[in-house]
Amino acid sequence: MSEPKKPQAPAAGGRASTKKELPEHFKAYKHVWVFIEQERGQVHPVSWELMGEGRKLADKLNVELAAVVLGAEGETVRHAVAEAFCYGADLVYVGADAVLADYRNEAYTAAMTDLVNTYKPEILLLGATTLGRDLAGAVATTLLTGLTADSTELDVDADGSLAATRPTFGGSLLCTIYTLNYRPQMATVRPRVMAMPERVEKPIGRVVEHALQIREADIVTKILSFLPDRDSNKSNLAYADVVVAGGMGLGSPENFQLVRQLAAAMGAEYGCSRPLVQKGWVTSDRQIGQTGKTIRPRLYIAAGISGAIQHRVGVEGADLIVAINTDKNAPIMDFAHVAVVTDAIRFLPMLTDAFKRRLSAHSRDKMAS
Amino acid sequence: MHIVVCIKQVPDSAQIRVHPVTNTIMRQGVPTIINPYDLFALEEALRLRDRFGGAVTVLTMGPPSAEDSLRKALTFGADRAVLLTDRFFAGSDTLATSFALATAITRIGETWGAPDIVFTGKQTIDGDTAQVGPGIAKRLGLIQVTYVAKVAELDPEGRTITLERRAEGGTQVLKSQLPCLIAMLEGTNEVRRGTMADALSAARAEIVKWNAKDAGVEDLGKCGLKGSPTIVKRVFAPAARSEKAKVIEAPEGGSLADALIADVFARQPHLEADLTALARGF
Ligand SMILES: Cc1cc2nc3c(=O)[nH]c(=O)nc-3n(C[C@H](O)[C@H](O)[C@H](O)COP(=O)(O)OP(=O)(O)OC[C@H]3O[C@@H](n4cnc5c(N)ncnc54)[C@H](O)[C@@H]3O)c2cc1C
Ligand SMILES: Nc1ncnc2c1ncn2[C@@H]1O[C@H](COP(=O)(O)O)[C@@H](O)[C@H]1O
Repeated sequence: MSEPKKPQAPAAGGRASTKKELPEHFKAYKHVWVFIEQERGQVHPVSWELMGEGRKLADKLNVELAAVVLGAEGETVRHAVAEAFCYGADLVYVGADAVLADYRNEAYTAAMTDLVNTYKPEILLLGATTLGRDLAGAVATTLLTGLTADSTELDVDADGSLAATRPTFGGSLLCTIYTLNYRPQMATVRPRVMAMPERVEKPIGRVVEHALQIREADIVTKILSFLPDRDSNKSNLAYADVVVAGGMGLGSPENFQLVRQLAAAMGAEYGCSRPLVQKGWVTSDRQIGQTGKTIRPRLYIAAGISGAIQHRVGVEGADLIVAINTDKNAPIMDFAHVAVVTDAIRFLPMLTDAFKRRLSAHSRDKMAS
Repeated sequence: MHIVVCIKQVPDSAQIRVHPVTNTIMRQGVPTIINPYDLFALEEALRLRDRFGGAVTVLTMGPPSAEDSLRKALTFGADRAVLLTDRFFAGSDTLATSFALATAITRIGETWGAPDIVFTGKQTIDGDTAQVGPGIAKRLGLIQVTYVAKVAELDPEGRTITLERRAEGGTQVLKSQLPCLIAMLEGTNEVRRGTMADALSAARAEIVKWNAKDAGVEDLGKCGLKGSPTIVKRVFAPAARSEKAKVIEAPEGGSLADALIADVFARQPHLEADLTALARGF
C-alpha cells in the first residue's frame, strides 16, 4: 500500500489535481537545496549531478540553489564547501560537528531537520544511495512531508510544484509524483541518472555556518569500524566510459567470457542483464538496470540482451547504444542507435580482434606522425 | 525477545504485464507473493528467536487476501500474525503506511509485550521506496539501521546489538541499543523451508485481524489518501525513441566487425583516441 498508488485512480483528477492554497506556515519555504553526501573524505558524485539538476530547478523557480554540507569540522568539509560553489551553489549551509564525522542516522537526521526547520527550503534533493535513502526516509517522516524515492526525472510545474518522475511496477510504467501541500518537497535521485554538470572554478561564496545542538552522549549508535570494499571486487561500472554487457542470448557462463574479453580489449567495464546474476553466472555488482546499476557511458554494447524495460531504464543515458542480437525485432532495437543482427557468440571474438587491431594500428599511426 | 517483522504481500512482478493500449497494469490473475526482500528479514528474526527464545510476530497491512502471506510466514515458523486491514488505509503513501504500521506495532507491544526489534525488508518490489522502514522507526522513536548485512552480536541482557551495515564503498560495523528497527539486506541468509509441524499449525492458526480502530488509530486523517502528502498525478509508458536502430551490414567481401567499428567511431569522434590512449596504458 505504499507508493506508488493505484495508477488508475489518480489520472482522473480527484485529490490529485486539487492544489489547495499552501498553508500559511509553508509560504516562507523557498529555494532549492541539495544534500552533499560525503563519507571518509569523498563527496559522492551523485551530489554534483544533483547540483546540476538543482540549478535548473532553481533557475526555473527564480530562487537560489543551496548546498548542504554535513560532517566533522576539517579539511573534508572545507573541500566539499569549496567544490559546491564550483558546481553552481549560490550559498552553502554547513553543519560541522564532531558527531557528524561518520554517517549515523540519528545525528544526520537531527542535523538535517534542524537546518530545514531553521532555513525552510521548498525543495530538498538527496542521492538515492544507501546513505541518502536512509537519511531521506527519516527526515521526511520527522518533517511529516512527502518524499519521492529513486526519481529519474525532475521538473517544476507552471505553478512551481516539484514534479518527480520515477519508474513504477518494475519500470514498466513511469509515474509523476507531487507533494502539493507540504514543504519541503523531497526527492531522492539515483546516481548517474542526471548528467554531471561542468565544474567551473569559482571562489568560495556565501557560507552559512549553523551551530548544531547535538551531543555525542545523546547518540546511542557508535561506529566500531569501517571495512572498505576490497578494490578487486569493486566495479566502476556506473562511471565507466565504455561498457560491454551480455545477456541470456549468450546461452552459457562460458560464453560470457567473450563479453569480458571484448571489455578487456577496449579497456571497458563489463556488465550483464539480471537473469545472469540470478543464475549465478555473474556477480550482482555487474547487473545493469532498474534493480542494478544505472550507467551513463559514452558507448554501451549490449550482446544478446533483449532490452526489457527494466534493463532499458538503466542504460538510456548512454550516448551511443550498440545492440548485437539475432532478432531484428527485439525491444532493444527501439532504443539502440546502432545494431548488428547476428549471432553474438560468433561475432564477439571477431569484434574483439577487430578492436585490438584498430586500436593498436591507430596508436602506430599516432607514433609515426 | 519479542520481534516484529513487517512483511508485505505484493504482486509477483515478474508476471505483471502492462496493457498495450490503455497503459494500465493488468493485475488480474497475477499471483501474489511475500515481498521477496522481506523473507530475509523474517529469517533473521526466526534465527534470533531460535537462539535467544521469545516470539516472532509478523505484521502486514493490506487487503483481507493478504492473510495468505501471513499464513505462509507462519509455516516458516513465525509465532503469530497480525493483519491490519481497513478501507481507511487505501491509497496510503509511505508516510501514511508507516503511521498505520507504527500504530499497530504499538498495539502489538501493549498486547504481547514491547518488541525488542522491528524488522523490515530492504524495500518492496512494487513500492520500491525503502522508506517505510525508516518511517516506522521515526514514528516509534526507534534507532534505525538500514541495509543491514549481518547481526553480528546481540546481548539481550545488556540490551546492545552489533550490526554490519552496507554503506557506499564498504561496511559499517556499528553498535547500538535495543529496541531498534533493522531493515535487512537481501541475500544475507538462506530462508528456511519450515517444518511439517509449523505447516500444520499454520493451517489452523488464527490470524489476528485489526481494523484502524482495533489497532488504536485515533486520527483517521493520518491514514490512506488523506494522510498521504504525495500525490500520483500521472502514470504513463516510457516514450519510444522515434527512430529504430540503424542496422549495420557487412560490405561486399568486408568484415561486419570493421564496419561496426567504423560507424561507432564516426559517431563518437573522440572515442577512438581515448580508447587508444587507454589501450596503451596512458
Ligand atoms: C522487478 C524486476 C526488476 C528487474 N530488474 C532488471 C534489471 O535491473 N536489469 C535487467 O537486465 N533485467 C531486469 N529485470 C528482468 C527483465 O525484465 C528481463 O527479464 C531481462 O532483462 C532479460 O534479460 P536478457 O535480455 O538477457 O534475456 P532475454 O529477454 O531472454 O533476451 C535474450 C536476447 O538474446 C537474443 N539472442 C538469443 N540468442 C542470441 C545469440 N546467439 N546472439 C545474439 N543474440 C541472441 C534474443 O533475441 C533476445 O533478444 C527485472 C525484472 C523485474 C520483474
Ligand atoms: N503494507 C505493508 N505492510 C507491512 N510491511 C510493509 C508494508 N509496506 C512496506 N512494508 C515494509 O517496509 C519495507 C520497505 O517497503 P517500501 O518502503 O515500500 O520499499 C518492506 O520491505 C516491508 O518490510
